[in-house]
Amino acid sequence: MAANAKAEPLTNGKLKLMICDDSNIIRRKIERELKIDRLQVIATAANGKLAVEAFRKEPADVVTMDITMPEMDGIECVENLVKIKPDVLILIISALSDKATAIEALKKGANGFLCKPFTDRQLTEALEELLRGAGNDD
Amino acid sequence: MMTKVELETFVEGTTNYFATAANQPASVGSPYIVQEGRPTVQEFTGLISIAGKRRGIVYFTASRPMLTVMLMRMGETELTQENMCDLVGEVANTISGNARRDFGKDFMISVPTVVAGEPEKIVTPDNTRSFVIPINWRSHSAQLVVCLE
Repeated sequence: MAANAKAEPLTNGKLKLMICDDSNIIRRKIERELKIDRLQVIATAANGKLAVEAFRKEPADVVTMDITMPEMDGIECVENLVKIKPDVLILIISALSDKATAIEALKKGANGFLCKPFTDRQLTEALEELLRGAGNDD
Repeated sequence: MMTKVELETFVEGTTNYFATAANQPASVGSPYIVQEGRPTVQEFTGLISIAGKRRGIVYFTASRPMLTVMLMRMGETELTQENMCDLVGEVANTISGNARRDFGKDFMISVPTVVAGEPEKIVTPDNTRSFVIPINWRSHSAQLVVCLE
């Protein structure tokens, strides 16, 4: 396994984004409504297992992550991604709105939490806050 | 048996879903108990199994025309059968997941199961009453069915 993998930056200087959600319409919505120029989608995955596989091949800088998914859920996936690339920024996007789940995700290495359903504006604000928190706010 | 407060959680979740994700509020009616027979099942149904603190099912059922308009309102251009199945699953998943705000972490939800047609595949738990939450959105009607022990 490629522990502590280093992401190769895109030649256009953008940050690499991976979208992980078992819903095709949510993956497409996030991709379509992405209003942040500094982010470029490099991969999408329909469950945690596929996300880890894609991430090993090409680690993203930023990941949006659902929690309730088949094969491997988002919490376990977060743990795996952080082992591969500790500085990856992960925004959980989930319908699970209890505090305990949010806290567990943050403890495992996620950096932010956006509750479904969400508006385009809420998505943009959550991603901007994630980048600001990591000092990537230009 | 579900309490009025517990049912209100699902009514609020449904209201919030349509206002936020479908970009247009729905008229969400008062829940009622299914007195005889099975609850309504329309063309597409997304079903969540509930385990842990409570046991049972929650499902969202809607017609193709309604799902088509919902997808369009969400900005989706691929109005396919697959995306309609995806949408009913996502609605059921989101409303059930949001219910954990009140029910807590031990209200464990499954990944969605989707049924297109074939209402006989929707099986509610024995000896448990089903509550139907009627949803009117634009000119369409759908139902959220909550059946918890």
